[in-house]
Amino acid sequence: MITLERITKTYRMGKVEVPALQGIDLHVGEGEFVAIMGASGSGKSTLMNIIGCLDVPTSGRYLLDGTDVAKLSDDQLARIRNRKIGFVFQSFNLIPRTSALHNVEMPLIYAGEGSRTTRATVALGAVGLADRMHHQPTELSGGQQQRAAIARALVTDPAILLADEPTGNLDSASSVEIMRLLATLNVEQARTIVLITHEQDIARFARRVVELRDGRIVRDEKPA
Amino acid sequence: MNLFEALRMAANGLLANRLRSSLTMLGILIGVTAVILLVAVGNGASVQINAQIQSLGANVIYVYPSNAKGTAGVSQGFATGQSLTQADVDAINAQSAPDVVAAIPIAQSGGQITYGSQNYFAPTTGTTTAFPQVRDYQLAEGSFFTDDDVNSRHRVVVLGQTVVDNLFGSTDPIGQTIKISRQSFRVIGVFASKGGTGFGSQDNVVVAPITTVWAYLTGARGKVISQIVASATSAATVTQAETEITTILLDRHGISDPNQADFQLQSQQDILTQATSIATALTLVLGAIAGISLVVGGIGIMNIMLVTVTERTREIGIRKAIGARRRDILVQFLIEAMVLSGLGGALGIAVGTLLAHEAPSVPAIASSSFPTPVVSPSSVLLAFFVSVAIGLFFGIYPANRAARLHPIEALRYE
Repeated sequence: MITLERITKTYRMGKVEVPALQGIDLHVGEGEFVAIMGASGSGKSTLMNIIGCLDVPTSGRYLLDGTDVAKLSDDQLARIRNRKIGFVFQSFNLIPRTSALHNVEMPLIYAGEGSRTTRATVALGAVGLADRMHHQPTELSGGQQQRAAIARALVTDPAILLADEPTGNLDSASSVEIMRLLATLNVEQARTIVLITHEQDIARFARRVVELRDGRIVRDEKPA
Repeated sequence: MNLFEALRMAANGLLANRLRSSLTMLGILIGVTAVILLVAVGNGASVQINAQIQSLGANVIYVYPSNAKGTAGVSQGFATGQSLTQADVDAINAQSAPDVVAAIPIAQSGGQITYGSQNYFAPTTGTTTAFPQVRDYQLAEGSFFTDDDVNSRHRVVVLGQTVVDNLFGSTDPIGQTIKISRQSFRVIGVFASKGGTGFGSQDNVVVAPITTVWAYLTGARGKVISQIVASATSAATVTQAETEITTILLDRHGISDPNQADFQLQSQQDILTQATSIATALTLVLGAIAGISLVVGGIGIMNIMLVTVTERTREIGIRKAIGARRRDILVQFLIEAMVLSGLGGALGIAVGTLLAHEAPSVPAIASSSFPTPVVSPSSVLLAFFVSVAIGLFFGIYPANRAARLHPIEALRYE
């Protein structure tokens, strides 16, 4: 599903080159639930941006669902993000002043696909938000906003779900709720999920933990 | 992404900041209102001028003596020559010009007019019996003079309404005797008012037989014809009639080269063309001045769109993350700018049209000779498309800036 080969990423800050990733080899198979852990500065955000096709690596090869995305143009990357990746962000990132339903329809609009309302309604139902779908983000709790964001991530039926600190802004009860939802999606729908977190408690929901330090993978294990 | 979705997004974006959107729209609204209103005033002036000139008769042709080159090559200047004669008039009338209804000689004389203790000044026109027909005057009272009056140099006059009002007040002028340059004349008729204003009123006239004017008023200058006025059979035949008159006069004056002609023709059509071009220039200048405010409105849109793009950087990042391409973002913000300007333009058209419509009922305007504004459909269409185009033009830079944002940086933007 995801194959990273010798991925490096170097940022240029003025005249200084800052290596963020220094040769990452990682394979994530279909239906896996992987947590990528690491302290801040370990390169996990950079890795997530590359896996999420928001950024391209400086060198190396990245195969997503069989496609080499390392050298694609901006618009081609936008298409990949739209069709193959569902994002869940720490700060929910719903579009303000727009109902949950319309937020969930948004990826379908950019995909140019039909029966949007029906599909968005189904996606919201799947995350247990059917009764709040006409509410705006400000009228929803943090947990509800994150559910709406998960519905938006799933509505295009993407190959992978990429969750970047999805519980970072939530209280512990909502956090557990969201993680259970993700785990359920992984088990029942066989969704491939890549979770980025720095919390051990959260990482425990995943079935495989990859730890990064200074741009390299230092641990890759499946907890018992 | 289809147009409906794009419009819906634009509407959402604009409704999010109602006050700001309305104020930005106001800039365009005022600009378009100004364009519509000022162009309407220009059009109104043009219509007014046309109506006045048409009231002089659309098929009238004037023949003036012109800067005839004498044998010594001395140019005598416009209307100073004495090249036109009664024989010329007779020749034009003698059926050799099929498109000319009639031609009349005109001899002008100024002079103080008195009736009792009333004084008035009006030009006295000496002419022949075809004058009412050629110049399209109707008689309100009495009658016009006859061929007998012309042949016998009878001292009779026909007055225009303005002259009657100034000299007689409520007295019936028919049969009264007035004095022009201390000579006595009997009033035999009064013209119906032609209602024209400006350009020398058509009602401020005193008409007498040309022979009488020569005998009693022009004095030592002799039998001068200052112009010949001819009427063509219709406005459409004016050009043919002009050609016929030119041919007759060139032949009679023995001139073979038309450039050496000792007379000049001018038709109402020529005057109309000149006046129209002046009115058009006026409309253009007014429109251009108003157009400046439209440009200012456009800059307002650009300013607000730049602010909007900066404020919504994060939203743009989200949209890009979930699959919006550059083009989608570009179209979204362009349409937002065009909706702003188009809506402002449409409202401006409504307000401008309303003001143009209501202007004549404002007492200060109604009592002046200010032209009634005429809103032309073409200026409405033009104003609308120009305002949308302004949204497009001034929206491109901010929209392009939004489209070029890097998704990661946009998502991190606080």
